[in-house]
Amino acid sequence: MSRMSIEEKFKKLDMSILDKKVTINQVKNVLGKDYLNLEDFAILLSEKAKICLEEMAKRAHEESVRNFGKTIQLYTPLYLGNHCVNKCIYCAFNSEHSIKRKTLELDEIKAECEKIARSGLQDILLLTGESRKHTGLNYIKQAVKVAKEYFSSVSVEIYPLEELEYKDLIQAGVSGLTIYQETYCESSYKELHLKGPKTNYQHRLNTPERGAKAGMYAINIGVLLGLSNIKNDVYKLAAHLTYLMHVYPGVEWGLSLPRIQKIENAVFESIEITDKQYLQILLAFRLCFPRISINLSTRENSILRNHLLSLGITKMSAGVKTSVGESKKGDGSTAQFEISDTRSVEEISNMITCAGYQIIYKDWVSI
Amino acid sequence: MLKLGEHEFESRLIIGSGKFSNNALMPEVIRASGAEIVTLALRRVNLKDNKENVLNFIPVGLLLLPNTSGARNAEEAIRIARLSKEMGCGSLIKIEVINDSKYLMPDNEETIKATEILVKEGFIVLPYITPDLIVSRKLRDVGASAIMPLGSPIGSNRGFQTKEIVRLIVEEINLPVILDAGIGKPSQACDAMEMGVDAVMVNTAIATSDNPVEMARAFKLAVEAGRIAFEAKLGLTRESAVASSPLTGFLDE
Repeated sequence: MSRMSIEEKFKKLDMSILDKKVTINQVKNVLGKDYLNLEDFAILLSEKAKICLEEMAKRAHEESVRNFGKTIQLYTPLYLGNHCVNKCIYCAFNSEHSIKRKTLELDEIKAECEKIARSGLQDILLLTGESRKHTGLNYIKQAVKVAKEYFSSVSVEIYPLEELEYKDLIQAGVSGLTIYQETYCESSYKELHLKGPKTNYQHRLNTPERGAKAGMYAINIGVLLGLSNIKNDVYKLAAHLTYLMHVYPGVEWGLSLPRIQKIENAVFESIEITDKQYLQILLAFRLCFPRISINLSTRENSILRNHLLSLGITKMSAGVKTSVGESKKGDGSTAQFEISDTRSVEEISNMITCAGYQIIYKDWVSI
Repeated sequence: MLKLGEHEFESRLIIGSGKFSNNALMPEVIRASGAEIVTLALRRVNLKDNKENVLNFIPVGLLLLPNTSGARNAEEAIRIARLSKEMGCGSLIKIEVINDSKYLMPDNEETIKATEILVKEGFIVLPYITPDLIVSRKLRDVGASAIMPLGSPIGSNRGFQTKEIVRLIVEEINLPVILDAGIGKPSQACDAMEMGVDAVMVNTAIATSDNPVEMARAFKLAVEAGRIAFEAKLGLTRESAVASSPLTGFLDE
């Protein structure tokens, strides 16, 4: 079957739609529609749509409750290693930064898993930097097998792999893949990623598809908001998602909208994004993609996270640390970024329950 | 009585257990609904945590109808069904095969395959389908114990949009027909029952209501009313006018 690739789709994508004048009437018309498309998404990103933010929020809330009920899934990330061969100027793990590097031994992974599982969490995301030497495929597979003993669902956020390698990971017990394009602006991408395999924009762009072809159950994509022009990035993210959902309808697609946070040693000036703009983007995604899972990271502060709970979010991380291994002072490695919501699993669980939502710890059956 | 395999039920309302803001609400909702069957996604069963284990919130004496939610093809559905049996959830299984994350429409073809194999293994199989008469016949022929056609897409609350096709299934297939998914209001459940479906399955409309207990009661009454109306046989409710001059008068001329 011949179909357009994502690169071809992007070439044909009319970015000028974002500069078109939008009337309040157009926004209202979009909000009155049953099914929204990419063109509608562009209208919801407009300045005029900001006037209708309350209406957008109400509909996002309704859509979320109808599709997911009053439920929130909880998961936590576990950093396996921070060795990295890439030079991404916004990242603390950048190969040229002289930070404490560490890769967890299998018994350390076991200990971490034991500790996390005690908090009741059943969904874990394993992360590494990009280093086939320190955290190669075999190492990751072993780590997955350890994690499977403690968690019903194990996902990975690691460097891009090939289709067969993803099949291998699925075999080992992985059900979910997270891979962010970081930015869809190719020229910014080149300026931000200076060395290592990650300089290859196209290879990264095609990663979600390789995962889908391998049979990955759930795939989460996203951009790191603040790296490049925000509207362009989220519009292309929406276009990418539309394409992926069309070609691979069986995958449970999801997205994350992390905003860039302060990083140790960073020399990079990011673009600021206000809470209002952030909310507008989140709502636009929820309205145009009512069934996808949307993940909210601990990069956001606790107050905002409490408020966003009912506005389209389906998944949250809790009890997060972004360093490798023990978090005792002086013993741990450098964190990848600073988290803002530092509450424990228990504290976040209480907040969710008090807001009238049920926490879903387990939503996966290993077969 | 609604008959599924060897089980018989007075209630014709089946309740879904997902989407509640708090599992602790369930016992009261179930009581108010009068339901004797509760469906349950095996992927959500959390045996590791007693506090969060949905099974603990379902009153004793109710029949659990586990579903294969999460299965993308026949093989995965079969594996989940077997796991369900191993976990002590019995041999009743609702087959849900979904390979469409956008609309969550079931894959009828894979559902037939899974049903055939599981029936041979001794399961009582209730397949969830996009309404289709031919598919329903095939499911009957491979041994399904009921047909569960959707009223409109899951969670859409759009009501009984597939009525004309479900009507054919009710007429033609001599198996219980349980309308599943899309029912947003008690009046829609009543409509389906009046038409002759054997039972209605509801989750979103009850679980996401501001008052799930009262909504459960409303559905109970609606389902009962619809059933009574069906059994009493509806009077003629034609909406168009009837010709006033006789059309067969020529016979007496």
